[in-house]
Amino acid sequence: MNGEPLVRWDWLWAHLGPIADRIGQHLYLTAIAVGVGFVISFALAAVSIRRRRLYPPVVVVATALYTIPSFALFAALVAITGLSILTAEIPLVLYTFILFVPNIVAGFDAVPWDVLDAADGMGFTAGQRWWRVELPLALPLVVASLRLATVSTIGLVTVSAILGDRFGGLGYYILDGYHRTFTTEILVGGLLSIGLAVLADLGFVLLQRVLTPWAAARAVSR
Amino acid sequence: MTTPATPTSRAAALEFRGVTKRYGSGEESTGAVNDLSFTVPAGTICVLVGPSGCGKTTSLKMVNRLIEPTGGQILLDGSDVMSEDVTALRRRIGYVIQQVGLFPHLTIGRNVAVVPALMGWTRERQQARTDELLSLVGLEPGRYRNRYPSQLSGGERQRVGVARALAADPPLMLMDEPFAAVDPIVRQRLQDEFLRLQRALAKTILFVTHDVDEAIKMGDLIAVMEEGGRLAQFGPPEEILAHPASDFVARFVGQDRGLKRLSLSTIADLRTEPLGRREGLPTFSPDTTLRDALSILLVADTRGGVALDEAGQPRGLVTVDAIASALADDRPRRAARA
Amino acid sequence: MGGGPSRVPLMDLLTVTAQWLADPMNWQGPNGIPARLSEHVALSGASLLLASLVAIPLGLWIGHTGRFSWLVLSSANAWRALPSFAVIGLLVPFTTAIDPNLGFTLYPTLVAMIVLAGPPLLVNSYQGIAGVDRDLVEAARAMGMRERQILLGLEIPIALPVIATGIRSAAVQVVATATLGATFGFGGLGRYIVLGDANHDNGELFGGVVLVAALALATLALFLLVQRRLVSPGLSSRTAG
Repeated sequence: MNGEPLVRWDWLWAHLGPIADRIGQHLYLTAIAVGVGFVISFALAAVSIRRRRLYPPVVVVATALYTIPSFALFAALVAITGLSILTAEIPLVLYTFILFVPNIVAGFDAVPWDVLDAADGMGFTAGQRWWRVELPLALPLVVASLRLATVSTIGLVTVSAILGDRFGGLGYYILDGYHRTFTTEILVGGLLSIGLAVLADLGFVLLQRVLTPWAAARAVSR
Repeated sequence: MTTPATPTSRAAALEFRGVTKRYGSGEESTGAVNDLSFTVPAGTICVLVGPSGCGKTTSLKMVNRLIEPTGGQILLDGSDVMSEDVTALRRRIGYVIQQVGLFPHLTIGRNVAVVPALMGWTRERQQARTDELLSLVGLEPGRYRNRYPSQLSGGERQRVGVARALAADPPLMLMDEPFAAVDPIVRQRLQDEFLRLQRALAKTILFVTHDVDEAIKMGDLIAVMEEGGRLAQFGPPEEILAHPASDFVARFVGQDRGLKRLSLSTIADLRTEPLGRREGLPTFSPDTTLRDALSILLVADTRGGVALDEAGQPRGLVTVDAIASALADDRPRRAARA
Repeated sequence: MGGGPSRVPLMDLLTVTAQWLADPMNWQGPNGIPARLSEHVALSGASLLLASLVAIPLGLWIGHTGRFSWLVLSSANAWRALPSFAVIGLLVPFTTAIDPNLGFTLYPTLVAMIVLAGPPLLVNSYQGIAGVDRDLVEAARAMGMRERQILLGLEIPIALPVIATGIRSAAVQVVATATLGATFGFGGLGRYIVLGDANHDNGELFGGVVLVAALALATLALFLLVQRRLVSPGLSSRTAG
């Protein structure tokens, strides 16, 4: 743009500190959203497993929430929660539900009934059965859903840049670069956020292998 | 099943001539076929039987070229199947498999009409043929035509599979364990109905099974295959039971091959002795197999029973000894299937 | 959204939003709701169509032949990980170099939406076909169906529910995400959110939010309905038993 070089390396070297801070903010916003989303989703999944009738409405609501554009939700919340961290985190948390709940439910559904029968037959208490049999066997899909949710949230955090320069993680550079037609900033923000997402994806693949050595990686649907 | 409305008579002779199929370099690999030669006359059922991995399904699939042979020739009415256009060839060969392979997104009627539709028959002709075939396999067309495969029982689906294979009136049918997926009672009924149907249709049929009893029951000719895809013995069931060509065949047909032979003959085939006192003796209709008759005599703990004729009149005395000597006879008459 | 609107009581929000939506002035002209809606739908439709033209045939072909299936499975997840906001931003310098006007407004969003729609279309077309029972395919081949007839008459009808789910998922994602385009010079319904924020006009901002959410949900509902119509009753479990 404007005859400038594609990347101004001097800008990059001068801003290594702020860039690192933005990466930190990106991960911080992601971690809170995934953590809170997981806890709430696990509770929703647990309720859905016990009371099957509640499962379809939970999925419908989660699907509808996921359908609402992040951009719209961030903007709308400003009027309600002001420019606090809640404004960024509420949409991020809501979007994780559809990624977590069906996979957690499917994970526990996939535990074979004969294994549960065998556990009961050997005298496991309900709690022992849950911790030592059901949870480990459900783990592959649970970890897979964490992977989906983390990667998706890293992407959505960039959108929170529209809330102003206190938010957005690396997304800040994308938006600021666009407004100033400054390519270097766009490339830094864009490539680093893609890099974060891909690294997180790979990290979870490794985690899946370590946590569930008995299960080959399985495809997950959402 | 009722008698077919349209008498169908076209049947083709099938000949395997030195047919070989190799996979990779290992000659003994699973499913390989080694220099297979035999002839199936038009209008007869030939059963390929053998342990798993002996190449019987491979042999069947080489006929409609789902698998291409490495060497040798397969002749259908004298012409090499490799010389014909592959789709044209397949459209005139009926194919029935264990999993049935009905198309789940089509109604029963459209499933049966798949090949006629491919061949460009008119709607009316397709529909007439479909209804005719559904009645033929014992499914009331009005009830079944518009249903979907998922709404049928295993036995009903298998009947539709047979109807579909017959749709274009093929001169040859290939059947790969067609009755293996249903329970024993349904299987027996399907076998009986199919044999009755075949008496009217007189198709040439190549039939694969791993079940010796099914082979004996269904086959006019039996090809016993062994590991490595070699033909161990070829002949009518009586001959294979009476004179197994090798230890392998003897072991494969089983220690009870004598009893199995008895199931090939009926009371009607047996010479009887003059009838004396007949109170309290069991009676046998002409279509009772000798195996069943022997079993009844042993259970009733009597030396003899009364053979009845077609009219139900006593014909003479049947004894355990007479049944035993029928076995000793080298060439028992083939039971007419009733 | 630095100087954006501050906290407002919820009832006031509902009132100003309803007023904005009811105002006839907002239903005409180049910034009117019909114009913005058709912009939004046109861009979504175009990107979905363009992505479908490439991704669906490719997925069908890979599913039918089994060739390159490893590529679909290994790349699809990484592809899905691409954040759309970053993709649009990254495209700007390159599309602007090609066309200074549309490259700064339309193309980044259009291309990013094509990229976004790709994975669900490709993966579901592939999985739908690859999931068709191989015995069925062999039975079809044995009856003398040609490869094209097998694909069109057997595999695609059976795979249709899965393919349709991919199209639906792509459509909903594109319609929702196209809103982001307003941040990068594109119009569409997202424009109201950007303008409402800039003008401190809660009615416009929330009007935009309501319209965008309604459009996304309507898209979901529409595709669910179409899907229900398209799929053979023999394949749905409702007729079973």
